[in-house]
Amino acid sequence: MKRLALTALLLAAGWGASALAVELFPPPDFSGTDYEFPPTQVYAARPAWLEYLDMAVLAIGLGVTAWLVLRQRHRRWLVAMGVSSLLYFGFFRTGCVCPIGAIQNVAAAMVDDSYAIPLVVLVFFGLPLLASLFHGRTFCAAICPLGAIQDMVIWKPLRIPRWLDHTLGLGAWVVLALGVLFAATGSAFVICRYDPFVGIFRFGGSFRMIILGASLLAMGLFVARPYCRFICPLGAILRVTSRVSRHHASVTPNECIQCRLCENACPFDAIDPPEKPAGAQRRRGKRRLAGLLLATPIIVAVATGLGWLVSGGHLLGMQWESNLSRANFTVNLHDRITAERAGTVEGRTDASEAFYATEDPLEQKLARLNAQTAAIKRRFRWGGLAMGAFLGLVIVAKLISLVVRRTHEDYRPNRALCLACGRCYRYCPVEQQRRGNLPDSEIRQLDRREDA
Amino acid sequence: MAENRNDRPTRRDVLGRGARVAGCVALGGLAAGLLGKRAAEAGETETVWQIDPYTCVRCGNCATNCVLTPSAVKAIHSYPICGYCELCFGYFDPVASAPTTAAEDQLCPTGAISRKRVEEPYYEYTVDYDLCVGCGKCVEGCTRRGNGSLYLQIMHDRCVNCNECAIAVACPTQAIRRIPAHWTGPWPEKAPADWPGEWFRGPDDYVPYIFKRGHQSPRRDVDHITGEEGQ
Repeated sequence: MKRLALTALLLAAGWGASALAVELFPPPDFSGTDYEFPPTQVYAARPAWLEYLDMAVLAIGLGVTAWLVLRQRHRRWLVAMGVSSLLYFGFFRTGCVCPIGAIQNVAAAMVDDSYAIPLVVLVFFGLPLLASLFHGRTFCAAICPLGAIQDMVIWKPLRIPRWLDHTLGLGAWVVLALGVLFAATGSAFVICRYDPFVGIFRFGGSFRMIILGASLLAMGLFVARPYCRFICPLGAILRVTSRVSRHHASVTPNECIQCRLCENACPFDAIDPPEKPAGAQRRRGKRRLAGLLLATPIIVAVATGLGWLVSGGHLLGMQWESNLSRANFTVNLHDRITAERAGTVEGRTDASEAFYATEDPLEQKLARLNAQTAAIKRRFRWGGLAMGAFLGLVIVAKLISLVVRRTHEDYRPNRALCLACGRCYRYCPVEQQRRGNLPDSEIRQLDRREDA
Repeated sequence: MAENRNDRPTRRDVLGRGARVAGCVALGGLAAGLLGKRAAEAGETETVWQIDPYTCVRCGNCATNCVLTPSAVKAIHSYPICGYCELCFGYFDPVASAPTTAAEDQLCPTGAISRKRVEEPYYEYTVDYDLCVGCGKCVEGCTRRGNGSLYLQIMHDRCVNCNECAIAVACPTQAIRRIPAHWTGPWPEKAPADWPGEWFRGPDDYVPYIFKRGHQSPRRDVDHITGEEGQ
């Protein structure tokens, strides 16, 4: 591409030389008159201070949300916070840049040395992750405009079967892996391209964008925050970081009295009931874990092979013609030019026409295009291999987390899945007691602890 | 943590703390690495999308693929290159019935270009940005048959700076690239490098006018207005 651009430049310069000698329509000489050239209308610079404001709003927002989630424990203020974020990041700043999309910029910057990442993008990527290491998913709770808009339409949340919930949850990892692969190969920012809500924030966009957003919102009436749980690639990363967070939202402000009133409070099914795996259960768990560990190499190998295959690699005599590398501009152009020269397609596209229009000898251009395409395809194959291995490990980790059952006595938010929305707070009688809404005697009646 | 009765950290607590520290170190290392690389590259901070007119082939995608309606792309006019022609190829439809200023004879679908007589036979052409939709018809006409004083640019008072520019995705020649945000002049003469994320190294590389006299963007085989082949 660099070469192509340079060729275009040289071409333009060549024209320049010839055109200077004989200009098509020599500009008139206005020197004797009082005519002055109007200034060439140029575009206004993009105000830089807005981006600093964005960073400040993000940092302050994360701090305030952590305070609301952990100290104030106030759902209503969290809703207000979410609405403000939706208005600011969503409708005012039109959704770009967001931490979800920033994953791709970081991936591109890590792989491509010529890619310089803007400071604002780096901050947007880093701050929510850092915050989640200390306070849980506070970004999801009230800062993310995509989350906020979905949170607002939750109407009658259905309880999704556990197995379906876990399976769909893997979707976020797939989106993450694909997003990183396409960004790292310099092909596309697919996470941004299929962002469902940005069209709504901008009151316009492609048909696909609006349809995707509207259907996710419609689905969100019954399946709470579907994008966050099943698609969002940042959510996938935050599930991991939030697991080890220093502090985390809890249902009860004090000790759990096992009243079970919060059992159905969470629209995301993120409250884990108490668990005490007994002898037989424990043994079964261990057996399953052993089997799983034995199967791990097979799962990872299969996933790796699939990753290699979908990104254009040869495997056991198979190769997928329209593989992932076709998303790359150069690969696409190469395939088009090859097909045109072989006579399998009719006519030319804008891109192939522009390719032929540059002045370099055709053989030279073709050799360059072939070399560039081969390099990109190689990157895709190895990237796809890594992607497959990664997704295989994710599947194994997921299965292990399902098999290993740890003892815990209280109803508590699942640290990975809890979006810190604060809905469960008011279901807890201990919380109501803390707020002075319930007398102690009521609490004693609700107390179902074994030793009580 | 608090669940622990005798206040000794459990294995989970220790592991959690270790993971947290590792996470912080990883994030810090990543940020330092990327920021360090950035500092080595240039003093610039932010970038914006812009059209490289040397690579632009005026396919018309700018008008239809932008997330905004109308598009953030507008036709810009550089007066010193303009021939001030009475029969302007950016102004008149090549198949017009007569060279009058009537709407049906104008090339611009929204009538965004107006003209004013300077002196016989010279006319000054001005683009009204409120009307321009960035279709590039005038640019094609002017570049193909005239001096090439019109060219397409992204207006940053309209552009919402998408992380992935929707027009860049649809651009057949990858003419849309990121340039430093502070840069308000037209396109720097030095052509940018690889996609994505080409970067200019400093103000020395910038030339304040892209279309200096005689510079033109490439002409293609097929005329986008009439569909004719050949130059």
